[in-house]
Parts: sequence; structure tokens; C-alpha cells
Amino acid sequence: MSSEIIDKTFDEAIEAAKEPGKRNFNINFGPQHPAAHGVLRLVLELDGEVVERVDPHIGLLHRGTEKLLEYKTYLQGTPYFDRLDYVAPMNQEHAFCLAIEKLTGIEVPRRAQFIRVLFSEIGRILNHLLNVTTQAMDVGALTPPLWGFEPREQLMIFYERACGARMHANYFRPGGVHQDLPEQLLQDIYDWCDPFLVACDEIETLITDNRIFKQRNVDIGVVDTQTILDWGFTGVMVRGSGIPWDLRKSQPYEVYDEMDFEVPVGKNGDCYDRYLCRMDEMRESVKIMKQCIEKMPQGPVLPENSKFAPPRRAEMKQSMEALIHHFKLYTEGFKVPAGEVYAAVEAPKGEFGVYLVADGTNRPYKVKIRAPGFAHLQALEHLGRHHLLADISALIGSLDIVFGEVDR
Amino acid sequence: MKQQVINAQLEKLEAILGRMPEKFGNSITHIEIRNQELSILAQASKIIDVLSYLQKIEGFSTLIDITAVDFPESPERFAVVYHLLSMNNNIRVRVKAFVPDGGSIASVVALWPGANWFEREAFDMYGVLFEGHPDLRRILTDYGFEGHPLRKDFPLTGYQEVRYDEEQKRIVYEPVKLVQEFRNFDFLSPWEGMLPGDEKAKTSEGAK
Repeated sequence: MSSEIIDKTFDEAIEAAKEPGKRNFNINFGPQHPAAHGVLRLVLELDGEVVERVDPHIGLLHRGTEKLLEYKTYLQGTPYFDRLDYVAPMNQEHAFCLAIEKLTGIEVPRRAQFIRVLFSEIGRILNHLLNVTTQAMDVGALTPPLWGFEPREQLMIFYERACGARMHANYFRPGGVHQDLPEQLLQDIYDWCDPFLVACDEIETLITDNRIFKQRNVDIGVVDTQTILDWGFTGVMVRGSGIPWDLRKSQPYEVYDEMDFEVPVGKNGDCYDRYLCRMDEMRESVKIMKQCIEKMPQGPVLPENSKFAPPRRAEMKQSMEALIHHFKLYTEGFKVPAGEVYAAVEAPKGEFGVYLVADGTNRPYKVKIRAPGFAHLQALEHLGRHHLLADISALIGSLDIVFGEVDR
Repeated sequence: MKQQVINAQLEKLEAILGRMPEKFGNSITHIEIRNQELSILAQASKIIDVLSYLQKIEGFSTLIDITAVDFPESPERFAVVYHLLSMNNNIRVRVKAFVPDGGSIASVVALWPGANWFEREAFDMYGVLFEGHPDLRRILTDYGFEGHPLRKDFPLTGYQEVRYDEEQKRIVYEPVKLVQEFRNFDFLSPWEGMLPGDEKAKTSEGAK
């Protein structure tokens, strides 16, 4: 059966249902709704069960991150980035650090670059595990989140062992990472990789061929090339439609150009293809993580003899200059030369960018955070129109929205 | 390989840098490549021409971001900044235009429907008006919010605070009461550049 026939009968059915004097029904979805993935308020105009207009009201989680950053030194600013997309915290810090490094020209030691790539990929898995399983929950499945959250918790323990915090890491610093990894950690992450691939397959047995999941997701929210360009889509929203656009490949940063991995793409650009993309991306991330650990060089994790990195503890016990440097770095902070720069990373949700304007002092003059979720959520009106009300929750699930970054 | 990508990008950006001035003449006041990024300063009145040329002819088909920067001392207070991306050519460009306080700039929603929210946000945060925008409402701030929070003269603590009132059983808005005075530490050394010998430090840093 071709889709034209379905559409025609569907439209006819709607036309037949229209009666004179009947008016559309407005409903309020959220801000507290389990399928809203946070605090999203949607004002929906319904014609029967068909959505005619979507008006998302955002900003309920607006904390003024960009304003706060203007009042903090650069080092004090990085923790705010953890709290944007709190599902994959380190990927956000990464963009801010890259922006600072681009302006100041700090060289990142190789070991730090590998650690950053390793933890960025852990972040990607953290994000996709949450998204894929809650998307299944949005369309009625309860088990996938329970299965997915177990490996997620193990990953958070890796986060904790690296930096001391499960989520809000503040681990990436301009010039590298805060501290070196504990000895056993790399081995433990490596040992985690293969069993996780089995866990991935298990989650797939639950969802991929599931009749209900397919009915709710196949051919829902189809994204074509024009939509991608019009609405500024990036990340999985682009790849789900068959365009292999990935900043890790096209504009490689850190050591991604030395890694061997594929960019999974979808075919139809619907919610189901985006789900499949995310599943495959997790497997590719595991591949990258393993390569990182195998190739991990020895060496410092912060530039040495640099005004941007703190001196080592032992040095501070001996040297007055080191002590002064430490004090100055954590009170005054370092200065970033005047200029403007845009740095972007391939965050799990799409292109996460930081536009940084520096005026030569120890604080940013302006920081604009370009969150992928903001652009994607905006297109909900375009994607969701003439879908059924129930499809909206499937759509929100596959757009992959976290309000920390949408509202900033 | 990383360097190859950057070199290829720079080559393409330089080609655009060469083409733009003769195409637009006075409409572009400044154009440069800095930090490996192409930055174009255009006249606010010509912004649509410049952006639609970049979109249709140069292939910058994705609008990444629109924002504004506040320069309170400047006669034209706000710089509206557009970031564009070309997925085909794998390059980015930044276009800026200055707008005075209370002034407006043409909306680009007709070129990219996705500009809608970004322009709403710039309006919300800075009060820059976008002419021809279909629905220029506030987006991130509260319903009924007054002022534009990202302006440099807007205090960090804001003017209003919100709390739940147990007696009235509802949310109440009150003027901000700070338990402790707002402290804004300026750690910049006042002596820098004034002490004898500082000029030597500068030259030795330059040598590094």
C-alpha cells in the first residue's frame, strides 16, 4: 500500500468529520508531563485528534547561564556547562574549552586529547542510552529504561572515578583535563566495552522489531533535506535522513582524525531511523573508546610551564613562584586575548557551539551557547503539524531534547 | 589530516573573501579571516542582501545561530551576529551588523524559517527589533517579564524575585531583597603595566 492512498483516505476522513460550527480544541501539554522530557509547555490546537498548530513555550528552566558567565572568570565558567545538557555533561565543557584554546592558542597535550575523546564518547553513550530508552517509554514500553539505566550508572561511576562527581564533572579544563586518570580506570572501561555491546543487542531485541514501537515511530516526523536546511538541524536529526554530516569526521578536533569509526546514517528520516542511528552510534562510540584506550599515550594532561594550568602540588611545596601562580590562577584567573571565536563540537544531540567574545580581561565579554535542542524543538511546529496527538510525544522523544540546554 | 581540513577551509574562505567586496562594495564595511574564521561586517540595511547571497550563491544553507552583543559605549549599541554553515563546502562564516539602541534590523525568517526562535531570543535578551518577524514574542524569560537581561546595564541579580506564598497559596513577585550585598570582585591587578620593568615582561613574553 503506498503512502498516498493512506494520506488521501486520512484527509477524506478528516474532511468528512468536519461539521459546520465546529471549532478546534486547544489543549495545554505540560509543563509537568512525563513525555515532555523536562519542563516543556506545549499549546496544541487540535482538530479532533489531529494537531493543527503547536506552540512550544520554553524558558521554564532558564537560569541565565550566559549572563552568569559574564561575571565569572573562565575557570569558574566551565562548571556551568555541565548543567546545560546534564545528560552528557562533559561534551558541553569541551566546546567552551575549545573556544578558549582557540583564542589563547594553548596546546593540549596528547594524552589529554585522548582522555577528552574517551570521555566525550562516554557522554555520547550516556545520552543515547537515556534517549533511546525513554523514547521507547514515551510510546508505552516500560522495560527498556530499566535495562538501559544499568550500564548508564556504570558509566557514571567511571565519571566519578575520573573527576569525583557522577554528573557535574568540571573535568575538562582549558589546556587539557583537570587530573590524570586513576591507574585501574582505563582497564575497567575497556572491560566494560564488550559486555555493553551485548547489552545493546539485548535492548535492541526489546525495541527494534517491536510491533508497537514500529507502529508508533515508522513514518512519523519525516525529516527531508529542505527541513534540515530550513531549521538548522544538526547531529542525528541530519544523519537520520541519510546525510553523513558529523563534525567528528568533517571538521575533526582533538584526535578524532586518528580514530577509525563509521558514521551511521538512516534512510527515511523518520523517528524510527533516528532511533536506529542512535543505537549504531553507541556501538561506534564503543569502538572509539577502545581505540582511545589502546592508543593512550603517557605524558602530562595539562600543559606544563603554562600560565593557564595550575602548578603541580609537589612543586608548590618547594617553589614560591609556583605558589603565587596557583593563587593568581584561582583568584584572578588567566586573561584571554581580545577577539571572537566560534567553536563547535559534535555533542550527542547535534552541533553544540560556543561563540565567545573576549575583551582581553579575565572574564568573557559575551558567551553565546548554541544548543542543538533549541533548533530542533523549534521545528516541532513544522514536523508535528497534521500528526496525531499521540505522535507528538514520539516526536519529542526522537528530537532528543533536554531542557538544560534549550533554556540555558 | 586535521591540518588538511583546515587548509582546505582556509582556501575556500579566502576565495569568498576575494569575491565579496567587489560584489557588495560599500555594503560590507569590513571583512577578515581571523582565528581561521571568516568574519564579515555588513551594513544593517543591507543584511538581507548579504545573507541571501551567502545562502543562495555561496551555499551557506544552514543557519547555525543568531545572537547579539551589547557594546553600551558604542553609538550603535548592538552587534547582531549571524553564524552560517555550509555542509557541502564544510565551511562557516560569521556576519555582523550594528544596530543602535531601539533600532531594528530586517528579519531573516523568510530565508531560514529556523531564524524564528533565534531572533525571538535576541529580542528577549537584548531588545533588538527584527522587522518583518511573524511573531516577535519573548521566549526564554517569564510571562510578563520587563527589561532585557543580557544588556550590560541589567543587574545580574535582576529586579524581581519569585516565591510561593503559603498564606495566599500562590506565587508572588517581589522586588529583589539581597541578604548580602551583591559583590562583584575585580581581580584585575591595578598595578599591571604601571610598574617599572613591566615593558620587559611584555617583550620576553612576545619572544616566547
